[in-house]
Amino acid sequence: MPAPVIEVADLRKSYGVTLAVRDVSFEVGRGEILGILGPNGAGKTTTVETLTGLRTADGGRVRVLGLDPQRDRAELRRRVGVQLQDGELPPKITVAEALDLFASFHTDPADGRELAAGLGLGDKLATRYRDLSGGQQQRLAIALALVGRPEIAVLDELTTGLDPQARREVWDLIARVRDSGVTIVLVTHFMDEAERLCDRVVVIDDGRVVASGTPAGLAAAAPRGQVLRLRLAEPGDLTAGARLLAALSEVSEVATGADEIVLRGRADLVVAAVRALDRAGMTPVDVDVQRTSLEDAFVHLVGDDRPRTPEPRPAPALTATED
Amino acid sequence: MHALRTLTLTQARLFLREPANVFFGLLFPTVLLVGVGLLLPGMRDPIAQATDPAALRGIDVYLPVVLALAIATVALTTFPPTFGAYREKGILRRLSTTPLAASRLLVAEVAVNVGVLLLGVVIALIAAVAVFDVVAPRQPVLVAATFALGVVQMLAVGGLVAALVPTAGAASVASMSLYFPMLFFAGVWVPTPLMSETLRAISAVVPLGAVSQSLTEGWFGSGVPALQLGVMAAWTVVLVPLAARLFRWT
Repeated sequence: MPAPVIEVADLRKSYGVTLAVRDVSFEVGRGEILGILGPNGAGKTTTVETLTGLRTADGGRVRVLGLDPQRDRAELRRRVGVQLQDGELPPKITVAEALDLFASFHTDPADGRELAAGLGLGDKLATRYRDLSGGQQQRLAIALALVGRPEIAVLDELTTGLDPQARREVWDLIARVRDSGVTIVLVTHFMDEAERLCDRVVVIDDGRVVASGTPAGLAAAAPRGQVLRLRLAEPGDLTAGARLLAALSEVSEVATGADEIVLRGRADLVVAAVRALDRAGMTPVDVDVQRTSLEDAFVHLVGDDRPRTPEPRPAPALTATED
Repeated sequence: MHALRTLTLTQARLFLREPANVFFGLLFPTVLLVGVGLLLPGMRDPIAQATDPAALRGIDVYLPVVLALAIATVALTTFPPTFGAYREKGILRRLSTTPLAASRLLVAEVAVNVGVLLLGVVIALIAAVAVFDVVAPRQPVLVAATFALGVVQMLAVGGLVAALVPTAGAASVASMSLYFPMLFFAGVWVPTPLMSETLRAISAVVPLGAVSQSLTEGWFGSGVPALQLGVMAAWTVVLVPLAARLFRWT
């Protein structure tokens, strides 16, 4: 990891009797995109709010660009751009006015119009804030966080409320911003977003870091194992094929859909299954090996009590399970 | 400086995009003055008790009251609700993550509101001269000094509201519950000369009552209203640090 620009050690924060953050530690290297994942109420927002000086930690140590977010707040605000989850703008301010205003707070701002264009707001410059859609307001908030050319950008719920096209535009922009050397801390509950953008992720649950690493590394560590979907050239063989596969030691679970078999099992499942079918004279077609995703890892780590991203393909109605 | 200039211009545009602000800040004093002068019977006649043929008319006496009302209208109805709304919508919190200091927003808002007030007062004075041919103040320096001190004092009252209110609605409630009693003590409904001795004494220590009485003395009298000027200075000295201390971003 490059030299850390954000260091959080043993962070603790409570609101009254509620312990929002119990024990959070992580580091972010310059030019990295760090994702902070976790279910609702896990302490993600509280954590990033202490990074930006909006909240005072009860315990632990936080350094951002070597600065103490409380003591050196003025300096920090010049060098860190923040997009909050719930910060609005005056209803009648136009996009261009907001960009010019926030640019004026900085000595060497970015070109607000260029930023707006990169976020798909190029034709909305004269539109008032209240007339923007939720997604457009969100993109404007991102532009305002970046207009001061920050060294670090903290983005809370980056693409919540955006349609798929807008999300891709935002992701592309964030990737470009990172390529220009900006360090980015991204709070998200979208696993596909974290997989696509983040160099590393920290998973927070109940105020604690429960896992951290690269998205691929976390996914590989998930114990769900290999998943294999296949069809047979002769649909009539489906039941017999499923019975045959269920007998293999590599297979732990078999389900049959209307026209496909779904297998779970060990990493060497694929070869064993294809060979067994071949020996029995059945030809597997449409073989689809699914690698474990960050989402699987997340579910394993924190349980499944959160909004989910859509499955890559709809699961077929299963008529039978393991025997 | 660049930030403050851009912020002030932006806040001025936003101010003028609210029709209620434009009406109450710029036009209300004139509308009230002209309306009362033309529609209330007897306002343009010399006050009955006066024996002097050049005696003051009701409308002459009402002009300083309208000026006091103009100050209170801006300080209490247009100034604090902006802060309530900004706090409610997280705009203050949003701004607190930028290098902008809280004081800059306050300076910009004061500049915009005072600018609007001055424009509104000029319009009212032009109307007063053009429509009713009101007399010029006998002590213009005292009138100007009272007006300036009155503005600072009333913005301090409004500033205390602005520092504390969590929402635009709360700002309106707090402001209105100060605004209407203050208008009463300033003589908007009962002219100060018709108030009882006790009421007039209370009025002298109420922020806007002191403004109204001091303006009236400056316009028509020859004395220096030391009590009223002292009252205004005292409110200012107490309220400005209090508002600054209590100001919250969230």
